[in-house]
Amino acid sequence: MSGDLLSLDGVSSGYGQSRILWDVDFALPRGKATALIGRNGVGKTTLLSTIMGLRPALTGRILFDGKDITRLSTHQRARAGIAIVPQGRHVFPFLTVEENLLSGLAARRDGKKAIPDFIFDLFPKLAQIRHRKGGLLSGGEQQQLAIGRALAGDPRLLLLDEPTEGIQPNVVAQIEAALRHVRTEMGMTILVVEQYLDFAWRLADLYSAMQGGRIVRQGDTSSETADAVAHLVHI
Amino acid sequence: MDSAALLLPQLFNGLSVASLYLLAAVGLALSFGLMRVINMAHGEMLMLGGYLAWLTLMVVPGGFGIIAALPVAFLGTAAIGALVHMGLIRRLADRPLDTLLATWGLSLILQQAARDLFGPIGVEVRAPDWLSGSFTLAGVVIPSARLLIIVMTILVLGGIAALLDRTRVGLDIRAVNQDRMMASATGINVRAVELIVFCVGSGVAGVAGVLLALLGPVTPNAGQVYIVPAFLVVVMGGLGSLTGTSVAALILGLFTALAQIFVDVSIAQMLMLVLVILFLQVRPQGVVAVRSRALDV
Repeated sequence: MSGDLLSLDGVSSGYGQSRILWDVDFALPRGKATALIGRNGVGKTTLLSTIMGLRPALTGRILFDGKDITRLSTHQRARAGIAIVPQGRHVFPFLTVEENLLSGLAARRDGKKAIPDFIFDLFPKLAQIRHRKGGLLSGGEQQQLAIGRALAGDPRLLLLDEPTEGIQPNVVAQIEAALRHVRTEMGMTILVVEQYLDFAWRLADLYSAMQGGRIVRQGDTSSETADAVAHLVHI
Repeated sequence: MDSAALLLPQLFNGLSVASLYLLAAVGLALSFGLMRVINMAHGEMLMLGGYLAWLTLMVVPGGFGIIAALPVAFLGTAAIGALVHMGLIRRLADRPLDTLLATWGLSLILQQAARDLFGPIGVEVRAPDWLSGSFTLAGVVIPSARLLIIVMTILVLGGIAALLDRTRVGLDIRAVNQDRMMASATGINVRAVELIVFCVGSGVAGVAGVLLALLGPVTPNAGQVYIVPAFLVVVMGGLGSLTGTSVAALILGLFTALAQIFVDVSIAQMLMLVLVILFLQVRPQGVVAVRSRALDV
């Protein structure tokens, strides 16, 4: 088995007649955090959706842990170990914080029925507001909840779409610490779409830059600065 | 007898009519709230529930046959609901007009099948002795069958509320209802949840059919009488909210029963339609405005 947890092989995707992703070849090494960067509209969110199965791949195939998951439905991919924190967070507005976290347990393979304690250790605020409805939370609280819900399913791959968007700095720091923890302590593989490049470079080991629905550049965040890469891919 | 003396018994009648409307509407409201599906064959689940009661009484003829008929009808119509969902609704997902036509066709097929199987006149489900009488409470004569209808409705509603509020399946149903995409991304099998909801809705309509059979003969088009008010209840209730559906059923049930003190049945039905139209003019979102398809309890 290769060292890649996820690999995309010539994947195209889109909406109706318009194609967004063009023959994307892409791999995520196990246990590493990868930042997916690029301007608005280049297909970053579509790529995450296609990995999660929210959009069908029109061509190519997707391998997860050596298994072809191209034809699996979204919930089957979740149960295989992929979780997503989508843009706009999508917490269930009329479920309480606790219920939102419980909903995330549906993806677990070990059948555990209780919310893992480490989620409340990473985000102590969630324990304080556990009986409040998701729709009534602030943006930062919702983001913590969305990440907590994804972690509740015990994923091996965590997809995050703009986790810092519209979030106040102290919560961004908390999110960064939490993601660092799950990567280093739990060995989770992370793919994060991020416009805030400083955050992306602090968190990620690798970067992939997209342009016009293709991956145009990949590399190591330690050997290239964010500014240099941003300049090269016109962000 | 003057109008005032009729008021209390009619109020009680109205409550039992409201209960039947509610049992007929609850499945429609649940499946509309979750799937945006209008099931025109839902009324036939009432009809099938009635026939299942009749069949059960042939096997269990004693005084408690009717009690045995309740779970039989629930399970029988839930099973038929499962077939309808898997064979029709699921295949027409995201095609609301096609679903409407297909379920209407199914409704006609089921009615004709009942006509061929059981005859066009209908069959009689005789209420057992303990249900056919009535008793007097505070000067009001209360027919036992109608009291059973009200009690059963409270039990069924309580059961649905408990299912939604206290079980894992209920949590999944609410999650799917609020954000279908995110629910599937958290690992919830959305299609399975839809199937469960459709089966429960059909089963509850089957229970309504048994209770309906206590009030009159079961005919092939028995469901048609209640399905129009049931649709009105769902629309007036706010399309998918359980609280709204209950309030709307109460309003319409009591309204028709009280109107019948002054006018005959068909005029009362007409006035009910007028009431719904006027109500929606003033409050087009229904009793409970459902934002983002909330299934509140």
